[in-house]
Amino acid sequence: MNELERKQLQIAACKLRMGVIEATHGAKAGHPGGSLSAAELFTYLYFKEMNIDTAKPKWEDRDRFVLSKGHTAPGLYSALALRGFFPVEDLPTLRHIDSYLQGHPNMNTVPGVDMSTGSLGQGISCAAGMALGGKHQNKDYRVYTLLGDGELQEGQVWEACMLAAHYKLDNFCVIVDNNGLQIDGDVSKVMSPYPIDEKLRAFGFDVTVVNGHDFDELEAAFEKAKTVKGKPSAILMKTTKGKDVSFMENNAGWHGKAPNDAEYEQAMNELKAILAGLEA
Amino acid sequence: MAELKKIATRDSYGKALAELGAEHDNLVVLDADLAGATKTGTFLKAYPQRHFDCGIAEANMICVAAGMSTTGLVPFASTFAMFAAGRAFEQVRNSIGYPNLNVKIGATHGGISVGEDGASHQCCEDFALMRSIPGMVVMSPADDVEARAMVKAAYEHEGPVYMRFGRAAVPVVHEEGAPFVIGKGEILRDGDAVAIIANGLMVAEALEAAEKLAEEGINAMVINMATIKPLDEELVLSAAKKCGKVITCEEHSVIGGLGEAVCSVLSEKLPTKVVRIGVNDEYGHSGPAGALLKQFGLCWENVYEKAKELCK
Repeated sequence: MNELERKQLQIAACKLRMGVIEATHGAKAGHPGGSLSAAELFTYLYFKEMNIDTAKPKWEDRDRFVLSKGHTAPGLYSALALRGFFPVEDLPTLRHIDSYLQGHPNMNTVPGVDMSTGSLGQGISCAAGMALGGKHQNKDYRVYTLLGDGELQEGQVWEACMLAAHYKLDNFCVIVDNNGLQIDGDVSKVMSPYPIDEKLRAFGFDVTVVNGHDFDELEAAFEKAKTVKGKPSAILMKTTKGKDVSFMENNAGWHGKAPNDAEYEQAMNELKAILAGLEA
Repeated sequence: MAELKKIATRDSYGKALAELGAEHDNLVVLDADLAGATKTGTFLKAYPQRHFDCGIAEANMICVAAGMSTTGLVPFASTFAMFAAGRAFEQVRNSIGYPNLNVKIGATHGGISVGEDGASHQCCEDFALMRSIPGMVVMSPADDVEARAMVKAAYEHEGPVYMRFGRAAVPVVHEEGAPFVIGKGEILRDGDAVAIIANGLMVAEALEAAEKLAEEGINAMVINMATIKPLDEELVLSAAKKCGKVITCEEHSVIGGLGEAVCSVLSEKLPTKVVRIGVNDEYGHSGPAGALLKQFGLCWENVYEKAKELCK
């Protein structure tokens, strides 16, 4: 990608992070850490990769995205709002009573959400079902799903991987956000999922390891995934949990905690500074 | 009722799927390594391209079905009741029920008539589990005719459906072509002394008991309540009003199934004495289906005894 496009995506990712902070601050709850680590991924999918139409969220030939790690709904909602599926001003109503922005993604209330998720391990199976359905009906669309590295501890994830390889779902791309932290701490200490790349290869995936905050690496991986035939693809993203908010970075405590007013100010100021630098 | 033909409703399930498959290209069937037992093998033979074996991974299969349904397909996910309703409960709840997806669950081998496999495979809790999911239709057919009609009705219904079929052959009590409507019970025999509300293989037992009761001057009403949810409350209330006494019969735990559904309606709207016949909060065990059913009181003799006692 050229410099201009890269910068535009970086600006979008920064705004997406601001949306995450706005949403979780407004909710006084929610999951900022894993939303921030996947900000570039959400941005890449919704602003470059996916063939979607905000005027027709249920368009039958659209590419699909399933947020298997559903707790990072603030990241997905921020992407959808910035992309134009619903007003950005609604983000702070996240988790409020009677808000359509449910704590975890709801496909029936939030425009642009392709599957209701939240219970870890299920989204990847649903996404595999969409890919299988697409292949069966000779559709060209692709299906993407994002998992957390802690989520790999769910046995169902590997059931889904087996099925994806068995049915040669080359329209299916699994992305793992390897930020290294889960609620109880370091994933390698809680219950190690490593080596993730070797496990996915053994399950029949074409695997690419990338820096999940680098748009050029993401682009190369997604372009490669589209050329893989006869097997599903996986993109293992090395990321920083809480990325770009200094006090949230690499801190498991920010997995599922909202910023208070002072923390909100600080986070927004840090992101505004990054944005100003990008727009300079 | 020895003169009645006997067919296992799992056979009816497989047959109905194959028939429906001819009419509807968007019907697909998923299995978890049990196509031979769930009888979806009949569909597999006819439409191999529309049958997807998911291997021994029921939780995944349920969610794969959910995903497929969002692409315009109508998946029938098939496995034993124990694994569909039991093992995959949370997948059914979160990935089919909550998003209200158009997935049909064909659960075979319900109840203790599974027989020799024993308690690990004798699911007597599926009605309770599935009833607790908002929006879920829960049904259990009495015989072959009703089972086939039910599968067609499930296809036509937009939304999640759970159907429980049996392993053992059971008497066919319906005339071929008998109509079936989701949510409607049917009076198979009118009477005013006691209302026997049954489903599944207990319908034939209830009819047999009613015949014996009639010989002693007790006119029992027999209702086939194939849909447990949504329950035909109107019929329950009118039967209770007419008879004043109710017996429920099901091949399921007395906890959470048809019996409790009937009790819930009556306790709130028309307090009536109800006797529940079912599996009494215990596990089954190995044995021939017929002998087990008798041992657990899931037989006409027990219905007859309970009715006589109630009508004293």
